[in-house]
Amino acid sequence: MAGIYIHIPFCKQACSYCDFHFSTSLKKKDTLVDALAKEIKLRKEAFDHTIDTIYFGGGTPSLLPAHQIEFLIHEIYKHYTVTPLPEITLEANPDDLDEQKITSLKSIGINRLSIGIQSFYNQDLKLMNRAHSAEESIHCLEIATKHFKNISIDLIYGVQHMTMDRWRENIQTVLDFNIPHISSYALTIEPKTALASRIRSGQIPNVDDALAASHFEILIEQLTSRGYIHYELSNFGKPGYFSKNNTAYWLGKKYLGIGPSAHSYDGKNRSWNINNNTLYIKSLENDTIPAEVETLTMADRYNEAIMTGLRTMWGVSLTMIENEFTDQYQQYLLTQSKKYIDNGLLTIDLDSKIIKATPKGKFLTDGIASDLFFVD
Amino acid sequence: MKHIRNFCIIAHIDHGKSTLADRLLDFTGTVTERQKQDQLLDSMDLERERGITIKSHAIQMEYVHQGETYVLNLIDTPGHVDFSYEVSRSIAACEGALLVVDAAQSIQAQTISNLYLALENDLQIIPVLNKVDLPSANPEEVTDDIVDLLGCDPEEVIPASAKTGIGIQEILEAIIDRVPAPKGNVDEPLQALIFDSVYNPFRGVETYFRVINGEIKKGQKIKFLATGKTYFADEVGTLKLTQFPKQSIKSGDVGYLITGIKDAREVKVGDTITDAANPTQNMIEGFENVKPMVFAGIYPVDTEDYEELRGAMEKLQLNDASLVFAPESSAALGFGFRCGFLGMLHLEIIQERLEREFDMTVITTVPNVSYQAYTKKNPEEIIVVNNPSDLPDPSKLDRVEEPFIKASIITKADYVGPVMSLCIEKRGVITNQTYLTPERVELHFDMPLAEIVFDFYDRLKTVSKGYASFDYSPVGLRASKLVKVDILINANSVDALSALVHADNAYDIGKKMVEKLRELIPRQQFDIPIQAAIGAKIISRETVKALRKDVTAKCYGGDISRKRKLLEKQKKGKKRMRQVGNVEIPQQAFMAVLKLND
Repeated sequence: MAGIYIHIPFCKQACSYCDFHFSTSLKKKDTLVDALAKEIKLRKEAFDHTIDTIYFGGGTPSLLPAHQIEFLIHEIYKHYTVTPLPEITLEANPDDLDEQKITSLKSIGINRLSIGIQSFYNQDLKLMNRAHSAEESIHCLEIATKHFKNISIDLIYGVQHMTMDRWRENIQTVLDFNIPHISSYALTIEPKTALASRIRSGQIPNVDDALAASHFEILIEQLTSRGYIHYELSNFGKPGYFSKNNTAYWLGKKYLGIGPSAHSYDGKNRSWNINNNTLYIKSLENDTIPAEVETLTMADRYNEAIMTGLRTMWGVSLTMIENEFTDQYQQYLLTQSKKYIDNGLLTIDLDSKIIKATPKGKFLTDGIASDLFFVD
Repeated sequence: MKHIRNFCIIAHIDHGKSTLADRLLDFTGTVTERQKQDQLLDSMDLERERGITIKSHAIQMEYVHQGETYVLNLIDTPGHVDFSYEVSRSIAACEGALLVVDAAQSIQAQTISNLYLALENDLQIIPVLNKVDLPSANPEEVTDDIVDLLGCDPEEVIPASAKTGIGIQEILEAIIDRVPAPKGNVDEPLQALIFDSVYNPFRGVETYFRVINGEIKKGQKIKFLATGKTYFADEVGTLKLTQFPKQSIKSGDVGYLITGIKDAREVKVGDTITDAANPTQNMIEGFENVKPMVFAGIYPVDTEDYEELRGAMEKLQLNDASLVFAPESSAALGFGFRCGFLGMLHLEIIQERLEREFDMTVITTVPNVSYQAYTKKNPEEIIVVNNPSDLPDPSKLDRVEEPFIKASIITKADYVGPVMSLCIEKRGVITNQTYLTPERVELHFDMPLAEIVFDFYDRLKTVSKGYASFDYSPVGLRASKLVKVDILINANSVDALSALVHADNAYDIGKKMVEKLRELIPRQQFDIPIQAAIGAKIISRETVKALRKDVTAKCYGGDISRKRKLLEKQKKGKKRMRQVGNVEIPQQAFMAVLKLND
C-alpha cells in the first residue's frame, strides 16, 4: 500500500509564518494541472504499488475548482491500482468552502477535509495573515460537518499574546463541533518569512518556548480526556479517524509526491521536485520530471525511523530495528537511549521491546532523536 | 672589512620598516623586478598578513659609493615584545641602526626600548623620518621629538618616504658614512654570534650568524659553545634573495650555515660558533636560554587526533625553538599538551600555524604565567606552577611568587589618567613618569606579568583610543596572593576551566566566567548550574535553564529529509562537544575565558 500526495502550489495570500512552496498568482493554474497530470502518468513506470490514500495539499488545494480535482483523481485511477475505499483528503481554507463547494467536493470523491482554521480569534488570524475571519471559520464548520464526517482541522498555538484561556477556548470550540481529528502546531518562526522579519525588526516579540510548552500540555490534557488519541506529536484523532496518508510518512512507508516541491520515497530513494512552478511546468511539457534524488543509506533510514518513531504513539520497535537494520543498530540504540530512559524522557517496554517518548520527553524529541542518530 | 656595514632597522609596527627594507633592496639592485613581492623579508604568509615580522632574517646588498663597492648586511628584527630577546641578539650583530619613525605618529614605546638596546650595544643610530609624504605628517614636531630623544643634530635626521623612494639614497650613504666598519681579527680563532635560525624541511636548520673574529669555512669542524655540540659546516654562504654558497665567511661579515641539524632546539639564538679544534676562549656575552612566559593547555578538538597533534607540535618545535610542550591530560579534554610560549602573540601564532600548516583545530585552555609555590612543610623547595592543578592545596601552601615586569607605556598626555587607572587596576605600581615632549608621556610601571596576559592590550588600546604603545621586560619574582578559581558545571569541577588568579580579582573573574559560560553552553533537557568556586566556597553562580521545546511541529513527506539532515548536523556538532558529567560543553566555552570583556 502506498500514498499519493499532490501539491497545489497556489494561495490567495501568504500566511506570515509559512515557508512552503506556493505562488499567489493563479495565472498558471490550468497549465499546472496539466503538468500534474503529466507527472502522474510519467511516474507510474517506477512506482508499482497499490494506492490507498490520496492527499491534496498545498498551498491551498481548495482554490482549484472541483472539476480540476476530479480530473486529477481520475488520472490517478487511470494509471495506478487504487484500493476500493481509498482515503482522499483535500486541504481547504474556510474562505473557499461554501455549501456548494463542499457538496461538489463530496460528489467527486473527496472523503476527508483538512481545514485550515488555525484560530477562532481574529487577532491571531491577523497576525498570521490568514485570508479568513473567525466568523467564516465557524460558518464553514457548520456546513462542513453537515456533509463530512471525516474532518480534520489545523490549530496553531504558542502565538504571541495568546493566553491560556484563549487557547482553551479554541480547543473547546473544536470539541463543540465534535471534529474527529485535530492537527495542532506550535507557531514556528521559519527564516525568510514575514513573521521572522517582523520579529527581527522588533515589531512583535519572538515566540516563547515556555508558552508553547504550556499550550501543548493543555492541548494533550483537553483532547485525551475527551477520547482523542495523541498518535503523533502534532496529531490527535478519535479511533478510526487517524490520517492514513500522514501516518504512512511516520511509519516509513512508500509515497509518491506530485507537483512542485513534492517529495517521493520508494523505500530506498527520496526524490524532490523543483520548487518553481514555471520551471516545473516547462520541464513536464518536455516529458521530464524535474527532480533530484538521493539514495538513503542504512544509517539515513535508521535515523529517519528514530526521528519519526519517537514522534508517534507507536514508538521505535527494537525488533523492527534489528530486522530492518542490524543487531549493531539495535545495540547502539539501546546504549544511546539509556541516559534518556534514566532521566525519564524516554521509556522502554521490555515485553514489546518498544522505546517511546514519555509525556515529559515529547516536546524535546528533536534533540533526543539527534542524540540517538547514527552518524560517521 | 672596511667595506662592510652591518645594520638593523628599529621601528614600531606600521612605521614602515618592511617597506623601507624593500626599497633598499630595490635601490641597490638586490632584487630584480620579477622577484619583487611586497615586504620581501617577511617570508611566512602569516607574517605578511599580520604585517609584522615574526622571525628575523638577514640580507646582503652591494652599493657603490664614491667609486668603492660596499657590502651592506641588513639584519631584520622581529617587531613584537614577545620576541625581545631575539631583537637584542640581532642588535648585537650590528654596528649601526636605522631608527625609523613615522612622521605622523612619532616615537612609540617599543621603538624606545629597542633604541636603548641599540645604544647599550654602542650602535650608531641613523634617525629616519618616514612617511614625510603623508598629508598627516608632522615632520617638524617629530624631528624635534627625535632630536630630544637622541640628543642629535636636526640635520642628522633623514626625511624619507619608503613608499615613494624619497631619501633612500641619503639613507644608503649615511649607512656607509656614519656606521663604523666592523672590527675584528680574521687571524684569531673563530668567534661568531648566532642571531637567528630558520628551519628548512629539506636542508635542516639554517643558522644565521655574524662573524666577530676569525673565519668560518666550508667543511670546517665547528662547535656551538652553549650546547657544546660539534658539527661540520656542510655549507656556508651569504644571503641575498637566495642563498649564495661561499668557501668562507670572514670576520665582520654575516652569513648562513647549514650543518644538517634537524632540531631547531640545538641552535640557540645568542650562542657562539667557534672552531672545534681551536676554540675561542671567549663566549659572546649576552646569551640566555629563552624561557617561556605564558603557559596554556593545547588539546585536539577531536580526542582521536592526539597523536596527530603531537606530530604537529614536534614539527613546529623544529623551527620554533621557543615553543616548549609536555603531555598533560584533563578530565574534560582528554590528552593534550601543556605548552610554554614567549607571550600571548606567540600563543596565537602557534594556534594559527597549527591550523594553517597542519589543519589542526585545537582547544586552548586559560593561559597562565609560571608561578613558584612553596609549602609550609618545605618552605625552601620551589614548586614550579605552570598549570592550575600544580598549585598545592591552600592549607599546605606557604607562599607563592609570581613574575613581575617593568612596563613602559608611551601615550598622549590626554590619556595619562585612563592609562594609569588601567595599570593600577592591573595591580601596577607606577615607578616613573617622563614627559618626552609636552604632548607625549612615558610611564613606567612594575606590574605582574599575569595581568597583561588577560585582556591588557585590547583595553590599553581602548582607553588610549589607540594612542599608547607598550613594551615590557621581566624583573623577577615577587610574593603574590594567588588562588585557584574552579568552575563547576552541574556540580562537576571542570579542570580545563580552572584559572590561577590574584585573590583580589577572583570574585570578579569568577563572576565573568560563569556569565560567559551561561551564554555559551546551549540549553539542554535539564537546568545546568554553573558555579565558580575557590576551594569549597562558591563565589558565583548562574543557571542555563532547561529547554522547554525542542521539536519541529510539522514532519510530513518533504520535511523528513530536511529535518533528518538538520538533526544529523546537530549530532555531528555534539560529537565535537566535550562531555562533562551529563553536560555537553562546546569548545568555544573553553576559550571563552580568554575574552571575558567581549
